[in-house]
Amino acid sequence: MSKDLPQVPPDAESREDAGLPPDDPGRPEVSSARLVATLAIAGALAGLVIVLAFGWANPRIQAHRAEALRAAIQTVLHGPETVRTYYVTDGALSETPAPGADTITAEKVHLGFDAAGEPIGYAITGQESGFQDAVLVIFGYDPAADEVLAMRVLESKETPGLGDKIVKDSAFVAGFQDVHAPLRGVKSGAGAGGANEVDMITGATISSRTVIGIINHRIEALDPLLDAAAPVAGTAADASTRTAPGKNTDAAGEASQGDGT
Amino acid sequence: MRETTPSQDLVRGIWKENPVLVQLLGLCPTLAVTNTVANSIAMGLATFFVLVGSSLLVSTFKKVIPHEVRISAYILIIATFVTIADLVLAAVVPVIHKELGAFIALIVVNCMILGRQEAFASKHPVGRSLLDAAGAGAGFMIALLMMGTFREILGNGSVLGVALFGDHFEPWVIFILPPGGFLTLGFLLLALGWWKERKSESARIRQWPHGVATPSREEVA
Repeated sequence: MSKDLPQVPPDAESREDAGLPPDDPGRPEVSSARLVATLAIAGALAGLVIVLAFGWANPRIQAHRAEALRAAIQTVLHGPETVRTYYVTDGALSETPAPGADTITAEKVHLGFDAAGEPIGYAITGQESGFQDAVLVIFGYDPAADEVLAMRVLESKETPGLGDKIVKDSAFVAGFQDVHAPLRGVKSGAGAGGANEVDMITGATISSRTVIGIINHRIEALDPLLDAAAPVAGTAADASTRTAPGKNTDAAGEASQGDGT
Repeated sequence: MRETTPSQDLVRGIWKENPVLVQLLGLCPTLAVTNTVANSIAMGLATFFVLVGSSLLVSTFKKVIPHEVRISAYILIIATFVTIADLVLAAVVPVIHKELGAFIALIVVNCMILGRQEAFASKHPVGRSLLDAAGAGAGFMIALLMMGTFREILGNGSVLGVALFGDHFEPWVIFILPPGGFLTLGFLLLALGWWKERKSESARIRQWPHGVATPSREEVA
């Protein structure tokens, strides 16, 4: 078949030189300036439209993220009355972020208080690679008792039907309630009943281990800071000496989906 | 080429030249996100929006866009609509946006969309281009919906999250995993091929004896 194809001489500079018909004889020549101008104008208009769409969508997207984080904090801290956000800066907890730091992406923890002003524990986020992609977890932690209060997966792209059970398997999620730290993952049903054991999911071992690892690593990294900044137990007034708690205001406005990695 | 009527422009993409079931275009999202009905609907709607919007603009500005940069211009237009769809989904249905993940952005490289711009919208008036895009978009959505329904029922025992069977139903997890996409598409294409063959067979049986074909409607008239 190839012998039937027109052969282009190596020194041919155009289709005509090669003995081939012109690309489209009826189409007028278009200057390079017009080609560039067309794409530049189209690009500018596209950019404008995208900016307008982003301006409309971004507040709603941030509101959804804040709502998701607020709901997760409520869950992992067993329904705190007030929540206060602290930034991890220079190896200590601070009520204000480091100068120049982005409040959205800065590493932070959320301290919850009950109705009596007693501290419940910290809501801590952490992220590590799972089986397919990064897994973002939030968990409640009481540093005084070294106890994980509860856990929720905020983001994951684990395998549907297998790894995504770290989100959907209620028994696995409930297994993180009031467990002593550091956690130890055990084969489902094969545990010795220890206070730090969490049943892993059969068929989703890597995803289960990832969640347990995130929690252990975050506790290991933050425990000295949390112990050093142990909240004053007693009343809301006591707590306010250090935190000036406001009803869930801080966490709501500073939803983050990627801190604490 | 024979000129088509507006109704043919609309219907063509829905069934006779269905982008997925006949042309086998846009298979990446078809296989990747049809593990649930909700995801299929969201991807179908997003693609429909991008296709119709792009065809509208490409057909409107077809005489302004130089031939040499037409593909770049089409991609720019398509990417703009995809970005808008991505932002709207994230703002309105964040859960589904999270489920669809990167596949929303990948609508840009869906060859079905670029194909309709190059093959039709860039050569026909706005009205007919819109009908063609609506037909192809609806056909794409129908194919995704068929895939999503099949996969969610078998793979999760539910439709739109509503459980159909009792506690004793053991889901065929493979159908919501990536291999299930290939299996489901294979079954659909098999069923479609069988139906077409059966249709042509019954047409052959309708022929008169001695190999004389049944007169067409025009001949009868």
